[in-house]
Amino acid sequence: MSTPLITTRSSPGVLRRASASGTPGAPPARGAWARRAPLLPALIFMIVVTQLPFVGTLVISFMRWNALDPADRGFGGLSNYRNAITDPSLRSAILTTVLLTATVVLVSLLLGLGLALLLDRRFFGRGVVRTMLITPFLVVPVASALLWKHAIYNATYGLLNGGLTWLWSIFGSSHAPQPDWLSNVPLISVEASLVWQWTPFMMLILLAGLQSRPSDVVEAARVDGASTWQVFRYLTFPHLRRYLELAALLGSIYVVQNFDAVFTITSGGLGTANLPYAVYQTFYEGHDYGQASAEGVIVVLCSIAIATLALRTVSSLFREESL
Amino acid sequence: MTTASISARSRGNRRSGPALGLAAWLCGLLFFLPFAWMVLTSLHSEQNAATNPPSLGAPLTLQGYREFFGAGTGVSPWPPLINSLTASVASTLLVLALAIPAAYALSIKPVRKWTDVMFFFLSTKMLPVVAGLLPIYLIAQNAGMLDDIWLLVILYTSMNLPIAVWMMRSFLAEVPKEILEAASLDGAGLLTTLTRIVAPVAAPGIAATALISFIFSWNELLFARVLTGVVAGTAPVFLTGLVTSQGLFLAKVCAAAVCISIPVLIAGFAAQDKLVQGLSLGAVK
Amino acid sequence: MTGRSTLVRRSAPLCALLLGSALLTACSGAGGAGGTVGSSAHSINVLMVNNPQMEDLQQLTAKYFTKSTGITVHFTVLPENDVRDKITQDFSSQSGQYDVATISNYETPFFAKNGWLAPLSADAQGDSSFDQGDILPSIQQSLTVNGQIYAEPFYGESSFLMYRKDVFAAKHLTMPAQPTWAQVADLAAKADGAQPGMKGICLRGQPGWGEVIAPLTTVVNTMGGTWFTKDWKAQLDSSTFTQATNFYVNLVRAHGEAGAAQSGFTECLNDMEQGKVAMWYDATSAAGSLEGSGSPVAGKMGYVPAPVDQTKSSGWLYTWAWGLQKASHNQGDAWKFISWASSKQYEQLVGTTLGWSKVPAGKRASTYTNPGYSAAAQAFAQPTLTALTSADPANPGVQPRPAPGIQFVGIPEFEDLGTQVSQQISAAIAGQTSVSQALSTSQSLAAKVAAQHAGQ
Repeated sequence: MSTPLITTRSSPGVLRRASASGTPGAPPARGAWARRAPLLPALIFMIVVTQLPFVGTLVISFMRWNALDPADRGFGGLSNYRNAITDPSLRSAILTTVLLTATVVLVSLLLGLGLALLLDRRFFGRGVVRTMLITPFLVVPVASALLWKHAIYNATYGLLNGGLTWLWSIFGSSHAPQPDWLSNVPLISVEASLVWQWTPFMMLILLAGLQSRPSDVVEAARVDGASTWQVFRYLTFPHLRRYLELAALLGSIYVVQNFDAVFTITSGGLGTANLPYAVYQTFYEGHDYGQASAEGVIVVLCSIAIATLALRTVSSLFREESL
Repeated sequence: MTTASISARSRGNRRSGPALGLAAWLCGLLFFLPFAWMVLTSLHSEQNAATNPPSLGAPLTLQGYREFFGAGTGVSPWPPLINSLTASVASTLLVLALAIPAAYALSIKPVRKWTDVMFFFLSTKMLPVVAGLLPIYLIAQNAGMLDDIWLLVILYTSMNLPIAVWMMRSFLAEVPKEILEAASLDGAGLLTTLTRIVAPVAAPGIAATALISFIFSWNELLFARVLTGVVAGTAPVFLTGLVTSQGLFLAKVCAAAVCISIPVLIAGFAAQDKLVQGLSLGAVK
Repeated sequence: MTGRSTLVRRSAPLCALLLGSALLTACSGAGGAGGTVGSSAHSINVLMVNNPQMEDLQQLTAKYFTKSTGITVHFTVLPENDVRDKITQDFSSQSGQYDVATISNYETPFFAKNGWLAPLSADAQGDSSFDQGDILPSIQQSLTVNGQIYAEPFYGESSFLMYRKDVFAAKHLTMPAQPTWAQVADLAAKADGAQPGMKGICLRGQPGWGEVIAPLTTVVNTMGGTWFTKDWKAQLDSSTFTQATNFYVNLVRAHGEAGAAQSGFTECLNDMEQGKVAMWYDATSAAGSLEGSGSPVAGKMGYVPAPVDQTKSSGWLYTWAWGLQKASHNQGDAWKFISWASSKQYEQLVGTTLGWSKVPAGKRASTYTNPGYSAAAQAFAQPTLTALTSADPANPGVQPRPAPGIQFVGIPEFEDLGTQVSQQISAAIAGQTSVSQALSTSQSLAAKVAAQHAGQ
């Protein structure tokens, strides 16, 4: 049998009470700086490395600056923003980003939940199955993107069409359908490869959630004649809610910024360019630094709006703790 | 503490019926299939790697691996691999050095408004990396840090620090306050408290945080693409360089993909438990 | 605390792994990964595209060039689309990370105009063994700006039509000596299905201004269209451009290769070798691979000039050439490398060590009189030379052009514009949008670029 899964060191309820009682309402002013000191290096580091560059982006966004035209550089006012807002490709990139993120997160969350429920039970070879399931998360993303593009989706010799040819030939037909996956369903192709990559991540979090569930309650419910569905609906699911939220949050943070898959699989073609790729394209292919910065600022503003919403979720996690 | 016994019982020990076990196996194989295909392709010759239908029984060869290690061009993959290792390990150490004290100040002896600080850390994760790329490039160019692996170390640290602080805080929050108070009443110094009480609880947390930080640094492509060149190119950049628009490359690329994924695969397989624990604690704490 | 020892034990492997890596890193850091590689006394950094000819060069450089000159060459190789971005980024900022880079006749004029390239005329003329006069005039002209040579060619290519002689013979089809596009479309329909799974023709459909746009633009040229008029008016929605694009898209949709919208040079080469297409219109450099050892179609191929419509010839002109960054601190060593890689002697070296089919050809007249090369490239040497000499970048269509270039428009914005238009065309090939829709979107993009130039 497999190695034991995780050791949840304490049940959440116990801890929450413990930490709440340990948090004084207001630390004395004298010790405040002593308390802050360990925090400062990390805080200062983050401000310098992540916030200062944005100031630079903001400044450049008002400049007329295309690296390919070095003679014509100067203050450009709002023209970069005008160009960015009227650019239909940026608008479609916003839509693509939302679609891509929502689809990948939801689908991999559902698949991850199903897999976690399967893995939560003992069966022969559970450790092996778990190891196989987490493999996609451990393959370097650009390697997996190359794998999907060239070895799986390729219309001529990819695994999908090769498999179709093979299947058809079993039934004696030499006219297997050979769809061109990347052209016919470009966004779904990108999404499928990302779902493959992120499902294990979701599964791991949810599995941890399942295994921290107090099983005596579940057993008591079973003794009382609750069905499997009732146990899931009224005990497991409420317990898992926080884990689902966490998985969705972390997944969104990473998927919304995805660059490797879009860059490698479709090079942003056929309506798959998401925001990071669109800005990258203006910066690195168009070499229009001013325009790229304006797009960057717009993306940041959108992100702040979305992040505020997302952080409300987290904040509810924290609030439950400190009450 | 009664918690250990609870966890022992809660560790999914219901047996599943054969049908569910079979379903789990099928799902596992399905998810594993693309990776297995990658490994098989990497062991084929370029001609056999690109056939339709797939040549499953084609003779195996290590040619793809030989080419990855420079048989055709004399180009060694070791410098990029070592660069990746340097960037990942150094940034992971830096992340830990910054995240552990910060997490301490956010959990064990929390500063006022520590939730706001947490929000700040997390919010940096939500800002698009690409929007800061140009100023970073310009600053690096002026500071002479283009194509310098330490620039990547700094950026990877900033990339992983928020999640690391979050994870570490969750782990440190597990340290029972009663014991800390008892220790301070007994006159134990800060060092004793840290080594005897906090460290044992935090050890798996540190390992989990380090693993996550290592994986995300090792995998990073965007920064490495734009900011490195001859000297500091990392393994993912090297991998993208193997794709050519003129000629076959599938076996070689698959071989390279396998080789480059190996460090993460080993670390991930060896520490599956840590991964689960580290990722999930944020939900509880 | 019974849990403690288990915890320590459980995290031990990971800690050991990290510690081990740290030690390894520390050791290797002292060895090679430090920041000193690029700046030692005699070494240069070269950024180049990942094509087979460049792989051969990598292999031969250490063995021959470094051995005889003592100059170490550090290569960075990237796929075509990536390498351009990186080169432009490095050269535009004149950061001097790279001394030499593979640039094409597309970039050379405006790179030179922006002052990013070191002029090479003096070096080339002072080096009699280099024999600048041997370089094909069309190629040299495309790398010359205001009388100064700014890049030396590594290999050159035009485009022509390749077809399977055996398939044509079996189906009793005849390829005209100078086919028109109408004839080719007809032949593609007839050859479609000549063998199980074989389509009529392979044409690039992959997004990228160097992919689908290159063959498409030559079709547009010969059918009387152009991207821009002489006085900078965008012409993408003109009747001639639309007609040519319709022709291209319909042909590839009806009788083109499977997965056309994602097919570029590599995919078509593979299709041709695997017998999945009967014809292929693409770069002359493809012939070397098709006739090379191990190719299943070697000896079965025929080569004719690029199909035409209203013009006499329509082949493109393209060369990968070595540009020397002005900010480079190693100009002398860099020229030594360039003059070696572009020399007759290098071609001789490739011919004798790796085989004559691998010679980076298409840049020197002497290549085509070399007995070794002529014997190996018998099937395609003459058609290639004809295509290269008849290409005229200054006047590729039926009307005067505002900027040089056959399969591209020689302006900096074309990279971005071409890529965006290529995505539209690719979508039309995939059937996601109509040609007229694709071109009307593209026209507005092109009009923006045109407006910038007209205003100057």
